[in-house]
Amino acid sequence: MSETETLRAWLLTDTPTSRRHARLSSFYKGWLALRSNTMAMFGLAILVLLGLTAVFAPFLAPHDAFAQDLGNRLQPLGSDGNFLGTDSLGRDILSRLIYGSRITLYIVLLVAMIAPIAGLLVGTIAGYVGGWVDLVLMRITDIFLAFPRLVLALAFVAALGAGIENAVLAISLTAWPPYARIARAETLTIRSSDYISAIRLQGAGPLRIITKHVWPLCISSLIVRVTLDMAGIILAAAGLGFLGLGAQPPSPEWGAMISEGRRFILDHWWVATVPGLAIFTVSLAFNLLGDGLRDVLDPKDGGTQ
Amino acid sequence: MALTEENREGRRRAPLAPWLKTTLMTVGSIAVTMLGLLFVTFVIGRVMPIDPVLAIVGERASQSTYQEVYEQLGLDKPLIVQFFYYLWDVIHGDFGMSLLNARPVSEDIARVFPATLELATLGVFAGIVLGVPLGVIAAVRRGSWIDQIARVVALVGYSMPIFWLGLMGLLVFYGILGWVGGPGRLDIFYVDIVPQRTGMILLDSALDGNWEVFRNAFSHIVLPASLLGYYSLAYISRMTRSFMLEQLSAEYITTARVKGMSERAVIWRHAFRNIRVQLITVIALSYANLLEGSVLTEIIFSWPGIGSYITTALLSADMNAVLGGTVVVGLIFILLNIFSDLLYKVFDPRSK
Amino acid sequence: MTLLDVENLWVKFPTRQGIFEAVRGVSFTLGKERLGIVGESGSGKSMTGRAILRLIRKPGIVEANHIRLHETDLMKLTEVEMRKVRGQRISMVMQDPKFSLNPVMTIGDQIMEAYLLHNNTSKAQARAKSIEMLNAVSIRDAERVMRAYPHEMSGGMGQRIMIAMMLIPDPEILIADEPTSALDVSVQRQVLDIMDALVKERGMGLIFISHDLNLVSEFCDRVLIMYSGRIVEVCDADKLHQAQHPYTRGLLNSLPRLDAPRKRLEVLQRDDNWAKADSVSGAV
Repeated sequence: MSETETLRAWLLTDTPTSRRHARLSSFYKGWLALRSNTMAMFGLAILVLLGLTAVFAPFLAPHDAFAQDLGNRLQPLGSDGNFLGTDSLGRDILSRLIYGSRITLYIVLLVAMIAPIAGLLVGTIAGYVGGWVDLVLMRITDIFLAFPRLVLALAFVAALGAGIENAVLAISLTAWPPYARIARAETLTIRSSDYISAIRLQGAGPLRIITKHVWPLCISSLIVRVTLDMAGIILAAAGLGFLGLGAQPPSPEWGAMISEGRRFILDHWWVATVPGLAIFTVSLAFNLLGDGLRDVLDPKDGGTQ
Repeated sequence: MALTEENREGRRRAPLAPWLKTTLMTVGSIAVTMLGLLFVTFVIGRVMPIDPVLAIVGERASQSTYQEVYEQLGLDKPLIVQFFYYLWDVIHGDFGMSLLNARPVSEDIARVFPATLELATLGVFAGIVLGVPLGVIAAVRRGSWIDQIARVVALVGYSMPIFWLGLMGLLVFYGILGWVGGPGRLDIFYVDIVPQRTGMILLDSALDGNWEVFRNAFSHIVLPASLLGYYSLAYISRMTRSFMLEQLSAEYITTARVKGMSERAVIWRHAFRNIRVQLITVIALSYANLLEGSVLTEIIFSWPGIGSYITTALLSADMNAVLGGTVVVGLIFILLNIFSDLLYKVFDPRSK
Repeated sequence: MTLLDVENLWVKFPTRQGIFEAVRGVSFTLGKERLGIVGESGSGKSMTGRAILRLIRKPGIVEANHIRLHETDLMKLTEVEMRKVRGQRISMVMQDPKFSLNPVMTIGDQIMEAYLLHNNTSKAQARAKSIEMLNAVSIRDAERVMRAYPHEMSGGMGQRIMIAMMLIPDPEILIADEPTSALDVSVQRQVLDIMDALVKERGMGLIFISHDLNLVSEFCDRVLIMYSGRIVEVCDADKLHQAQHPYTRGLLNSLPRLDAPRKRLEVLQRDDNWAKADSVSGAV
């Protein structure tokens, strides 16, 4: 039996020998299930590509993303040296797209760090402590849910000032309530289960129960939700950028690029079209991956939506 | 002893009728949510890096004028008192003056709102008419080509930036094909011909019997409305499909088949009847989302609705207008939610 | 007289791991009698019932040499012709009235619908007939029940309503799929008695599907014992306790008996050969 065969067998065992073994094993089985989902793997591939593009942007970009060349402005697709043409200031669109992937990833990752963690904290505390704390926290959550997301984000950006960081903050502020709801629901079911009582009898305090036993179980439903939300986050960030409230010029943020190209849409359509395709591709990739992850991690909802 | 305790307790607090209790609870929670909404906007207004006094008196005003207006606006009072002033004003429909045109914000909103309402209503209508049947068929023929198409339609809808799709639509259908009217609600030539009754041009021109204006207005609204319709179609069809799948696997569906019903009757008379209530909620939600989604759409199509209004105000730092618009949209959100909850109670026999 | 003649019935479901055979070559006949089908969950007993009504949905496949109702082979009927069989000639009562009644339709509407589907009469007549039928299943205050919704009914009432609804078009055969397992023990007997009386009075055939050996042996005339999609044994209900097959014996031994108390009940020991053996014919 070859080396890989035994590793595979070890990973696929029904009788894990240690906690780490069990965790690796279930992770591997999930991966196998995900791998059989072509569309999800397609989405994952795009995202890996996006990550690589962002990391190696300086090596991949054929031109300086900020260098203006007014003599060379609004070049069409496929022109010499500017594969995707140039914008109104003569900047190479392909290079701007490549650098723009950094901004997109930056926004997505930051929001994905802030919103679910905030939601997890609020939700688990509300669910675990219960009573008045629960009532107050959930009321606050409801208030934020009552706001239309984009309009609230607009108002926040208005208060905080335009810019990427503030856009991230504004989107996070509108994105956390659903996570809090999910985390609370999970906490309520976990809290009343027998093994939590058993741990409590052994003397574990609330902090330990929440961090060691409640959180790990909330994670999988949160991951699914985060992945599916990513597309929405990208679209919201692009929308803010489009309105001129996100990344500021000359930053090559994709939404801002569309906004800039909008003025020439009838004569020079590609300036606005190309960045839109980039946004579409990335959010599609997140949606595909999210669907696949949901099927693996949350089989009870599988295929219902 | 325990018994008497209980009795005394009972006498002290007369038990409320259950329906009264639930009504009070609902009204209470709605009131709290609305208060919270106003509080958040109030806080945003206070955090804004714009000096409301300066905005009124101008840069060159004297210290005494500044102080006067400062006190007039109640800014010397504690925050909580200011909040109650704000609350008082909002309850009376007073969102302050717009700094841009020095008119009451409430008047501005009343003027621009019908444009948004017209657009969103047409959009959600298209979404329902196409999305519900598509979702039902996709669920009934799960895995068939039509299900695949429905899936792709929804996936694209969830992934496509709305403002970009709008631009592309404008490029293709207006710029290249010339099938539809361009940005705005009417061609210049037709503006102000029909008297304003509802503020919704399609309705106004129809009431006036002026079909030429109607046609022109329609050619302008058809593209943005289709765009919004597509997004609500994506959402509604997906939700319809998932609700239907749940019902179709229910046992009472087998009962209906055992009775010897045709498949069509099973689907529409039994399964669909069970998702109507859920659908109403989804449609209300989708309507609310369209009111919001219209922010970006309105910008693209130069549509003079509330979305354009908020954005323009934002870019020119017109705080009262931004907050007023936000509050109005937020309140509509809440009202739509209440509305769908109420419908739930009316239509679902189990909730009685 | 034979009402129903099933020969070599298969029910298959394609899955990712290959084809799963839920029912494997089952044959039996049904006269004007009460035929019990017993087995554990997953033995294919429910699938057999549903396959007779051709209620197995795609991608499930039903195959049989024939399923003959009198002279008509149900396998050869089109879907539209099959609809005339369902309800009117063969009907089915399912396990839990909480799920098998439509929650958002009034009980009256649901019963009347069953009648109107097969009888071209006025609504008023359907209504009168429905009330008569509700009275027949010992529902008092039938007028009020007609206007009520299923969630307002208790389990026992729900199941009696279900029986009324399924018998109102006057079918020849009733398939009862675990009709009492979801009910309180206190009302099980009552529901069974009502069903039994109606079936007898109308001269119907009854297929009684259950996992409860004792119940079946008391209530039925003849019993088929299914295991893993096949019939492993056929016997008369009153001779069930003399059954030969090790599976049946195992099931019997795993039941507590008041007349022969034991310290420990036996655990069923399975044998792969049971699943491999050919199906026994349940034809008379």
